[in-house]
Formats: sequence, structure tokens, C-alpha cells
Amino acid sequence: METLDELIAHAPVFAGLGSEDLTLIAGCAQNVGFDDGELLFREGEPADTFYVVRRGRVSLELHTPERGGLVIDTIEPGEVVGWSWLFEPYVWHFDARAAGPLRAIAFDGACLRGKCDDDKELGYELMKRFAQVMIDRLQHARVRLLDVYGGVGVG
Amino acid sequence: MTPVAHRVVSRVQETADTWTLELESLDVRVRPRAGQFDMLYAFGVGEVPISTSGDHEGDGPLTHTIRAVGAVTRALCGLDAGAVVGVRGPFGTEWPLAQTAGGDLVIVAGGIGLAPLRPAVRHALARRDDYGSVSVLVGARTPQDLLFVSELEGWRARLDAEVDVTVDAAATGWHGRVGLVTTLIPGAVIDPANASALVCGPEVMMTFVVRALVDRGVPLDRIWVSMERNMRCAVGHCGHCQLGPTLICRDGAVFPAAAMTRLMEVREL
Repeated sequence: METLDELIAHAPVFAGLGSEDLTLIAGCAQNVGFDDGELLFREGEPADTFYVVRRGRVSLELHTPERGGLVIDTIEPGEVVGWSWLFEPYVWHFDARAAGPLRAIAFDGACLRGKCDDDKELGYELMKRFAQVMIDRLQHARVRLLDVYGGVGVG
Repeated sequence: MTPVAHRVVSRVQETADTWTLELESLDVRVRPRAGQFDMLYAFGVGEVPISTSGDHEGDGPLTHTIRAVGAVTRALCGLDAGAVVGVRGPFGTEWPLAQTAGGDLVIVAGGIGLAPLRPAVRHALARRDDYGSVSVLVGARTPQDLLFVSELEGWRARLDAEVDVTVDAAATGWHGRVGLVTTLIPGAVIDPANASALVCGPEVMMTFVVRALVDRGVPLDRIWVSMERNMRCAVGHCGHCQLGPTLICRDGAVFPAAAMTRLMEVREL
């Protein structure tokens, strides 16, 4: 069975970090589990925790009065759930819900922010890594805006 | 060039705008192979190219899955059993099923693109021992837009094939994946260097999928795509389906991706 440090070291977002940094990050982390349908966080709530999925799937959801709940993205094993803990006003913009039984590593965002403030090199490194996560999701969202399966009315 | 009369023997609604027609020939004709297309003629309305979506062997009815997006396809999708349509064909190139045997196979379908690929999936699953791993990756707009759902579930239930599905958006309660079809490629259980890939869907989706497959390590010369253009005559005379130096109806619709990727990126074509 892997220790928490090992689990964190195997998460792609932390891959290649030194053991000191990993130990420091592990100090803000814990293993967590969620039942199917359970909320990890809700839109508008303080963004004080983020997650790395170990097993299972997380749905990111938006709610509108007209259309009800809409799953706009899913997060798969190894991927990060949440980056609002890094940026003011530290508030979630979506709901995140377990789509089936879920195991994840939860990170105390406020704790990690504090450590990043104290250790600027680590802070810069984490900022680069989370920027990559954000840009990947942004690119995917832009392509999906094309509605590629919508088709054109010919024939 | 003359259409052969066919009778509609069944019509199955797949999604809100897509139907599958089974057609029985009233004369002798050649069956389309996987990847080939027929020109279906709705009498008095017009003619459209539709890929075969059924078995290419045996003597069962011809099967075509049609999305109602224009006047002709709407007319075809509205035909009841017993109605008669004209069929010319088969035309075009086939999925290189013999060429892909021996290694892993990845089949990537987006939207209505699963229809032309269904014969290839059925072929690979029927001759499972001819392949290493078989992965079927499917993207659709929403769960309600997925084609052949019960057959997909059957493929997924097999222990010797990997079937993964993603949609662009879904209502709360959907337990499947949401995201681009390209996100399924990194997780596909394949040995990329020994894998072949068959891809069909909207052109922009195929562009991204081919890039993702190449990034994963699948050789470009082992990837095939099925192109769609405004095909009218289907025999390379009218030029409506010209894409650079190729005529899709005559030289395709199935092409090696290496021959298409650069052309697909030229905006003027």
C-alpha cells in the first residue's frame, strides 16, 4: 500500500518535485472518500481545498434555472479538481460531485498557499503546474465551443 | 450510374435526428464494404452519399444510418417500411481491415461518425483473434446523441475490448465522462508503435484526434480517416467533392491520414 507521500509523488501535477517539496505538500494533504453523488464543493463556497482524484470520477456542474444541472466537465484519476484556492477571492465557480464512489487526496489550499508564500520557488513551480492544468482545460473548452458534432444543414 | 430500386424494410430511430434504414434490393447489386458509401435517392427530392453502417458480409438488408440535416436526408429519414428508394453504389474506398490485423486497433468515432465505423468494429470483434487490443472511443454532443446505444453497451460488456465514451455536456446524473474525445486517447490500452487507428467524425474533430494519436505514438501512416465533402456524382466527374488534388468520392472517402492532415488544415479548401 502506498503512503500519502508516494501517492502525491505519483500525481502528474506533482511529478518530478523534490522530496522536500513533496513532504511539505503532504503536510497539507489527507486521503478522503466520497459516495456516489456526494458534493466535494459547491459553487460560491470558499475554495479552501483542492483534490487529486485517485479512483473514480468527479463531475463539474453548473446550475441554471432554465436547464437545471449540467455536467460541463469530468475529472479522471490522476487529475486535479479545483484551482480557485490559488486565486482571490478563493471561491468555487462550479459544483464538484462524485460521479460514483470516489477516492481522492484532499489538499488544504490555505495551508499550501501559506507554504508557497514562505517558499517562493515552490510557489512559482506550483503556479506553473496549475497554469498548465488551466490552459489544458481552457483549450478543451474552446474546442467544445465549436460544437463540432452539431453539423451543418446540407443534404 | 442508374439507381437500383430498394424497398425500406425497417426504420429505427437512433436519436432525435438520426434514423437507420434497412433496405432490400429489388434487383441484383453489390454489397458495400466497410467504409464504402451508397448514393441514396429520395425520389423527387434528391440524392445524398450515405456510408454503410451494417454488416458488409452475408445477404441481409443494406443498412444506412442517416442524420436528417437537409431536404434529402429529412425525406429519407421520413420513409416508412415499404417505401422505395433508389440506390447507386457501392462507391469509394474501404477501411483497411486486412492491413490493420496483427496489431492493436483503435477506432475513434465522433457523432454520426460511428455509423461508418460500425462495420469495422463488428469486423474486429467478430475476428477478435486477428488483433491485439481493440479500443473503441466514442464522442458525442450529449448522451442523447449517442448512436447504437444498446450495441455500444454490448461491446462494452465484452471482456476483450475496451469501449470508452465521452460527451460534450450532460445533465446532472450522468455518470459517464464529459470532455473532448481526444481525452480518451491517452488512456487507451494500446501499444502505440504497433497500433492502427480508424477515425471518423467532423473534420475538426479528426484533425485533433489524429494529432492526439500521433502524440501518443501511433505512426501517422497507420491512421486512416473518412472524409466527407459535398459528393454529387460519386464517380469523380462533377468535381463537387474536390479537396486539393483529390476527389473524395473517387479517391476516398477513406484515406490514409498522412494524405489528408495537411489538406484539412488549408482554410481555402
